[in-house]
Amino acid sequence: MISQLSWKIGGQQGEGVESTDRIFSTALNRLGYYLYGYRHFSSRIKGGHTNNKIRISTKPTRAISDDLDILVAFDQESIDLNAGELRSGGVVVADAKFSPTIPEGIQARLFAVPITTIAEDLGTSLMKNMVASGASWALLGLPIEVFNQAVEEEFGRKGPAIVEKNIEAVKRGADFVLEQAGGPLEEFKLEPADGQQKLFMIGNEAMALGSIAAGCRLMSAYPITPASEIMEYLIKKLPKFGGTVVQTEDEIAAVTMAIGANYGGVRTMTASAGPGLSLMMEAIGLSGMTETPLVIVDTQRGGPSTGLPTKQEQSDINALIYGTHGEIPKLVVAPSTIEECFYDMIEGFNMAEKYQIPVIIATDLQLSLGKQSCDVLDYESIAINRGKLQLDELPPLEDNRMFKRYEWTEDGISPRVLPGMKHGIHHVTGVEHDQEGRPSENALNRQKMMDKRLGKIQSLRVTNAVKVNADEPSAEVLIVAMGSTGGTIEEARARLTRDGMATSHVTVRQMHPFPNELLEPYLKAAKKVVVLENNATGQLANLIKQNVGYHDKIENVLKYDGTPFLPSEVYKACKELN
Amino acid sequence: MATFKEFRNNIKPNWCPGCGDFSVQAAMQRAAANVGLEPEQLAVISGIGCSGRISGYINAYGLHGIHGRVLPIAQGVKLANRELTVIASGGDGDGFAIGMGHTVHAIRRNLDVTYIVMDNQIYGLTKGQTSPRSAEGFKTKSTPEGSIEHTLSPLEIALSAGATFVAQSFSSDLKQLTSLIEEGIKHKGFSLINVFSPCVTFNKVNTYDWFKENIVNLEQFPEYDSSNRVAAMNKVMETRGMLTGLVYQDKTRKSYEDLAVGFKEQGLAKQSLELSRDQFDSLLKEFK
Repeated sequence: MISQLSWKIGGQQGEGVESTDRIFSTALNRLGYYLYGYRHFSSRIKGGHTNNKIRISTKPTRAISDDLDILVAFDQESIDLNAGELRSGGVVVADAKFSPTIPEGIQARLFAVPITTIAEDLGTSLMKNMVASGASWALLGLPIEVFNQAVEEEFGRKGPAIVEKNIEAVKRGADFVLEQAGGPLEEFKLEPADGQQKLFMIGNEAMALGSIAAGCRLMSAYPITPASEIMEYLIKKLPKFGGTVVQTEDEIAAVTMAIGANYGGVRTMTASAGPGLSLMMEAIGLSGMTETPLVIVDTQRGGPSTGLPTKQEQSDINALIYGTHGEIPKLVVAPSTIEECFYDMIEGFNMAEKYQIPVIIATDLQLSLGKQSCDVLDYESIAINRGKLQLDELPPLEDNRMFKRYEWTEDGISPRVLPGMKHGIHHVTGVEHDQEGRPSENALNRQKMMDKRLGKIQSLRVTNAVKVNADEPSAEVLIVAMGSTGGTIEEARARLTRDGMATSHVTVRQMHPFPNELLEPYLKAAKKVVVLENNATGQLANLIKQNVGYHDKIENVLKYDGTPFLPSEVYKACKELN
Repeated sequence: MATFKEFRNNIKPNWCPGCGDFSVQAAMQRAAANVGLEPEQLAVISGIGCSGRISGYINAYGLHGIHGRVLPIAQGVKLANRELTVIASGGDGDGFAIGMGHTVHAIRRNLDVTYIVMDNQIYGLTKGQTSPRSAEGFKTKSTPEGSIEHTLSPLEIALSAGATFVAQSFSSDLKQLTSLIEEGIKHKGFSLINVFSPCVTFNKVNTYDWFKENIVNLEQFPEYDSSNRVAAMNKVMETRGMLTGLVYQDKTRKSYEDLAVGFKEQGLAKQSLELSRDQFDSLLKEFK
């Protein structure tokens, strides 16, 4: 019996690849397996090759695998493009209609199932995804009832007749392939899972859920890949909590509306990707200058310009830190797991109000869109902290004075009141201002205000600003990374350990202000530091060099072809170190 | 109840003596008092430019934002707390050049915000460049040979974008301007009030005298029906936009706040941020 397996389905976009994957993985989740998904897709709606890959495991897994066990193909292109990944002895389940062939040199078993014919016999070729998934499910020898339950949930709203037909399609696909194979394949028999149903979601959903838990009740946003799912989830949910989502005319409106709403007193977010973040930069400065809380999610994708809209990259970090003109306080956090996507939103909203700053939560495409098992999210750990927001009645102001919204305080953070509050009137402006918010060009005031704003975040550290995944006393090599790459690195580390090479591994989660003192001990202890990132210029490595040092120890491992790192690539990079 | 004096603060505007914006400031203060507001119930959001400073010159909550973005900020404030009265204000460059996209969409969205544009047909704070409201042939620093671009008609654009309240006034006519701002505040939805507010320093063509000679008051047309969009469009075109008064009002269409499903009467900012365990569990259930 095996403890993990990789399954992939490929076809033309719009052909049912998504729905097949959804039903297949829902059924696996019901059985308690840990899942980690990867979507390969293009920026178009119909046509063009697309594929979804799922890693199925009895243990927590946070990486796609190097190879593939089962490929379900709706067309020859899907075989040609993906067969190279198949491990020796892998299986291809393909539609007999196109007379599939396995490319030369690939050692794989082919099951040609009359997928389209069976579907058409049942009334519509639309059901071919059910035939195909039924066939591949049957090869795994997993209980069909669980699969049928998932089918019922997918099609239930279309009525019992449709459900029945789809279940029949699954059955015929399964029957055909089992006859051909002589029963389920022994080599793909998975160890039973723990039976505990996990949460199964994408990072964008975890962030959207986290924002509701954080008390966010308003979102203003403009659609963009790969951020739109956040907006789509909140469009469904926020009205149930009295709130709403406004789809704005552009990202500038999205961010400025969010600033206005946060000033007005409701926790509000916007979410976008690189192009949208570029448009938001001036407004982020307004938030910093006026000390108005703001939460922005940046789901990083391939840049620059339109770049690779549907592909993995981690190249916005410089822009997020340095993009605004002038100098403002801000917090940039990069969650590295799906659970962190949830918790970081709560902490992000708290930090935005506590420090009265813009907070940017930066994911990457694989974290935002890769569907995966998620640990139990802890209700008890949800805590809301609104910092120095004054909600109680205020004493009357002296004649002709305004509320000191920008009062100089020891920690640089001033009391904040919401419009509507009696005796709280003050001015807010992006122009340099005095303690009451009135424009001021006084040189001394200017310097004090700059020091106040920039100083207040100096000691700001989020939970696990530097996350230690492995601290091996005997390790000479330290791997430093950010975002979704941690799971892949852990797999590579396990192989390196088997080879007798000990490594340590830390994830930088707080990109700005940079947590120098938390990272330094690990850099100091290491002989070599591998900084692994999905961009072409080594943005994280440069941050480390700029803020901490150790230039001579740092080796860049960069990947910017649009795909996430594979465990084998990380393994190889570490093995080849001098 | 507050009087208009309570909407004054002790800050001296940095406008040139004779600037039309002084009257807009006074009209805003009077209108706020006349509709029965207390200073803390009003939020004035303003753009960038000479006129954008207005939020600092009124004793109310005020936010002076970034160039061209006054409307999204103002809409955000209204969404956060619909119990507030929100006035957005800025110049013709702010609203009809850099911010034109937001203007059209704020009109379409129809949130209950009153937008007052101080229209002087020139860029004043940057010392005299052409504006989308400048007349063809108008000579400025940026158009030394005269403007060769068509003059934008905010009233026509507003009407075609589905505005539910469109008015125009002249800063010399404090009485009419005050009353139109009151009507704008009372209107349940987005109201656009374009105000001819002469720039005495950089615009030597569109002066107080020039406006007095060229504008007509809609009161001169007793048969005019401000609830008829076609008639409104016709009148605006007939007068080449040189009219004042209430041009159009649709009292039947609901505001965005009233149409948004689940959006409560109570200001969002006053609602609880807490999520109950049951609510949390039911959200999680969908991911199993």
